[in-house]
Amino acid sequence: MDLLQQLTQYAFSGFSTGAIYALIGLGFAIIYNSTGIINFAQGEFVMLGGVLTYFSLTVLRLPYLVAMAVAVAVTTAAGAAFERLTIRPLKSPSPLSLVIITIGGSIFIRGVAMLLWGKDTHALPPFSGNDPLTVGGASIMPQHLWIFGITLLIIAANKFFFYYTISGKAMRACSHNRTAASLVGIDVRKMVLLSFVISSAVGSLAGIIIAPLTMTAYDVGVMLGLKGFCAAIIGGMSSGFGTVLGGLLLGLLESFGAGLISSGYKDAIAFIVLLLILFIRPQGLFSKAQTERV
Amino acid sequence: MKRDYLLFLLFTLVVLVAPLAFEGGYLLNVLVFMGINTMLAVALNLLLGFAGQISLGHAAFFGLGAYISGVLTANHGVNPWVALPIAALSVGVIAFLLGFPILKLKGHYLAMATLGFGIIVFIVFNETVEITGGPSGLTGIPTMKIGAMEFQGEMKSYYLIWGFTLLTMLLSINLDHSRIGRALRAIHDSEVASRVMGVNARFLKVQVFTLSAVISAVAGSLYAHTMTFVSPSSFGFNFSVELVTMVIIGGLGSIFGSFLGAALLTFLPELLRVVQDYDIVVYGLLLIVMTMYMPKGLAGGVASLARLLRPAKKRTVDHAQG
Amino acid sequence: MLRVEGITQLFGGLTALEEVTFTVGKGSITGVIGPNGAGKTTLFNIVTGLYTPSSGRVFLDGKEITCFPPERLAPLGLVRTFQNIEMFHQMTVLENVLVGLHTRSRSGMISCALKLPWHLAEERRLHAEAMKWLEFCGIADLAELEARALPFGNCRLVEIARAMAVNPKLLLMDEPAAGLNSRETADLELLIRKIRDTGVTVVLVEHDMELVMEICDAIVVLNLGKKLAQGSPREIQENPDVIRAYLGEG
Repeated sequence: MDLLQQLTQYAFSGFSTGAIYALIGLGFAIIYNSTGIINFAQGEFVMLGGVLTYFSLTVLRLPYLVAMAVAVAVTTAAGAAFERLTIRPLKSPSPLSLVIITIGGSIFIRGVAMLLWGKDTHALPPFSGNDPLTVGGASIMPQHLWIFGITLLIIAANKFFFYYTISGKAMRACSHNRTAASLVGIDVRKMVLLSFVISSAVGSLAGIIIAPLTMTAYDVGVMLGLKGFCAAIIGGMSSGFGTVLGGLLLGLLESFGAGLISSGYKDAIAFIVLLLILFIRPQGLFSKAQTERV
Repeated sequence: MKRDYLLFLLFTLVVLVAPLAFEGGYLLNVLVFMGINTMLAVALNLLLGFAGQISLGHAAFFGLGAYISGVLTANHGVNPWVALPIAALSVGVIAFLLGFPILKLKGHYLAMATLGFGIIVFIVFNETVEITGGPSGLTGIPTMKIGAMEFQGEMKSYYLIWGFTLLTMLLSINLDHSRIGRALRAIHDSEVASRVMGVNARFLKVQVFTLSAVISAVAGSLYAHTMTFVSPSSFGFNFSVELVTMVIIGGLGSIFGSFLGAALLTFLPELLRVVQDYDIVVYGLLLIVMTMYMPKGLAGGVASLARLLRPAKKRTVDHAQG
Repeated sequence: MLRVEGITQLFGGLTALEEVTFTVGKGSITGVIGPNGAGKTTLFNIVTGLYTPSSGRVFLDGKEITCFPPERLAPLGLVRTFQNIEMFHQMTVLENVLVGLHTRSRSGMISCALKLPWHLAEERRLHAEAMKWLEFCGIADLAELEARALPFGNCRLVEIARAMAVNPKLLLMDEPAAGLNSRETADLELLIRKIRDTGVTVVLVEHDMELVMEICDAIVVLNLGKKLAQGSPREIQENPDVIRAYLGEG
C-alpha cells in the first residue's frame, strides 16, 4: 500500500471515530448549556448503549433493531433517573459537588454494568455485512458509512429540535439566562431533565454505532467520555457545529498520530490537545472570547 | 485549636502502640497501606479541602514519586534516602510549572485538565518500557536502610510509613492554624474577597498545589521502597478518584477526617473481598450519598454527633446565642 | 487621593461607563450615587481591579493603578467592601478579620508549617490587632462565632472590620446600608465617621439618600454611564440635571 492510500485510510478511520467523539461531545454540551454541569457520567451512557444492545441481542434474543431501541430507551431512562435522584435534590449545588456527584454516578453505573454483564469485551455484529468497500485505494467498512450517516442524521435532528421546536427554544433560553427563562414561564427544572434525556439518548446511540468497530465492555465509557469532552472543549462547548468540528479534528489527529508517530501514545494525543486548548484558548477554537462579567 | 493538638497527641499514641496488638502479618500490612493512603489524602485535602481546588490527577504525582525513586535506585544504584528528596524535588518543579496554567481554570475545567494530566502521565508510565518496565512494572527496588537496619517486613515498614504520615499530619495542622491556612480557606469561600484583602490567590494556589504534589511524591517514594515493586496500574485514573473519595468522605478541610476517609477506603475492599467487585458500586454510592447528605464528611458527622451528646442545658444556651 | 480619568467600559455593544472623570479629596467621605444601571458598581469594580476598563486611567495618590489586580491594591491601601457581603463563611469572625491582616504579616508556607518561633510571635501580634478592629466596630463579643451563623447586620460590621484590618488609606464601600434597618443604619453612619476620623478616605456607593446627604462631603452623580454632576450635597440637591435624572424627563 503506498503512502497516499495509507493516508486515505487514516482519514477514513479518523473521520469515523471523530464522528463518535462529536456525538458524545454533543451530549456534554447539551447538558452543560442548559445546566452548567459537566456530566462526568456521559461516557457511561455511551457504554450502556453498546452493552445493552449486546445483551438484548444475545440474552433476550431480540431482533437487532428492537435491541437497539431497547438499549436507547433503557439508557435514556437511566439518564432521567440520574438527574431526578442526584442532581435535582441538591439544595445548593457547587461546581465541586456536581463534579463529585457525576463522578460518583459514573462509577456506580460502571460498577452495576460490570456486576450485571461481567468484564468481558463483546463485539456487536456490523449493521450490514463485513465486506470492505474500496474507495480511492483505501478500504472502508460499511459500518463507517453507517456511522457517518447516523451522525449526520442526529446532528440534523438536534439542530431542528433546538431551533424549530418550543422545547428546544426554551432550552436555548435556559442556556442564555436561567433566571430570565424562568421569569417568562419556562419550567427550568423540566428543561434540565430534558437535557439529560436528550444527551443520554444521543450518547447511547453513539455507543451502539461504534460498538461493531471497536467492541464494547463495561469500562469503555471512561475513555470515550473523556474524548467526547475534549471534542466539546475544542468546539467551545457549543451544542452545534463547533463540537462536531472538534470531534472530527480530534479523530483525525488521533488516527494520523497513531499511524505516523506511535500507536501507544494515541490516547495521549487527545489529552495533550485538551490541555493545550484549556491553557491557551479555553473558549474553544472556533468562538470569540467573551467579556466575563463578575 | 488546642483540641486539634490534643487529638493529634492521642492519635500518635494510638498509632505507636497499635502494631503491638497485631504481631505482624496481614492486618499490619493493611495498616501500612492505610498510612500511605492517609498521607495522600491529607496532601490532597490541603488542595481540595482548604483551597477548594479539585485535582483528579493526584495519582500521577504519587506515581511520579514512586517511579523516579524506583528507577533511580533500581536501575542506577542511587541510595533510597537520596532518591526520595530527588523525587520530591523534581515532582515539586513539575507541579509548580504545571500549576500556573492549570490553576487558572476553575471548577469543571480544572477537574478535566488535572484528569487529562493524570492520564498522560499514566500513558507515559506504560509506554516508556525501557525505563519503567512498561505495563509489567518495575522490579528490584531496594528497601530503605538506616545504618545496618533495613526497613523490611511489616513492623519496620509500619513505623517508617507512619512516621512520615504523622509528620505530614502535624505540619498540615500547623498550616491550618496559620496565616497561610486562613488565606487558603478564604480563597475557598470567596476568591474575590480574599484578593481584595491582599491575598495573592493565584500564587498561593500554585504553592499549595506544589506542596500537595511534593507530599504525594514522598508517599510514592516510600511506597516504592516498601513494596520493592511498582506498576502503572496503581497510579491510574481510578486511584485519583479514590483519593478524592477519601477526602470527601473524610470531610473537606479536616485532617483527621482524611485519616477516617483513608482508613475506610483501605479497609472497605478488604471487607468487601467476600463479595468481590462490589466495592466499585459502593464507592460510587458513597460519593453520591455523602456529597448530597453529608457534605462535611465523616469528620463533620462525628462533630455533630458530639454536639448532640452534649448536656441539653449547654445546647440551649448555645442556641440562644446563635 | 483618588483620581479617575476618562474611564470608559464597554460590555459587548453596551456602554456601561463613558468618559467618567472625577477626583476624591484626601480625608473626605465621597458618595457615588445614581439611578439603577448608572454604572456605579462597574466603576467600583474597575477602581478595585476586578474589571479592566476599555479605556481611561485610575490614580491613587498620584500613582497610576489602572489594571492593578486587587491583591496589589491592598498593600497600597485600597480596599473595598461588597454589596452582597462576601464573607468567609467557614471561618470564625476573628479569622475573617485575621485574613484582613494578610498583607501585614510575612510568614510563608514553610515557617507556618514548621511553626517557627517568629511565626508564633507574629500570630500573637495578629490576634491582638484583629481584636482591636473588632472592638473598633463594636463586635468584639462575636469573635469566636462562626461567620455563617451571624445575622446580616453583623456581617456588614465584620466585613468593615476585615477591611479596616488591611490598614487602608482609601476604603470603597458598595452599598453599606443595603439591607440594614434604620437603627443599624444610624450606627453605620457613626462608624463611617469614625473611620474617616482615623484618617481613612471613604468612597461609598449608596441608595439611601438620607445617609448620603448626611455624611458625604462631596457627591458624584452618575447617570446612564456618564458623570452628571459633582459637588457638595447641597449643590447636588439643587442641581436641575440631577433632579431630572431622578424624577424622569417629565
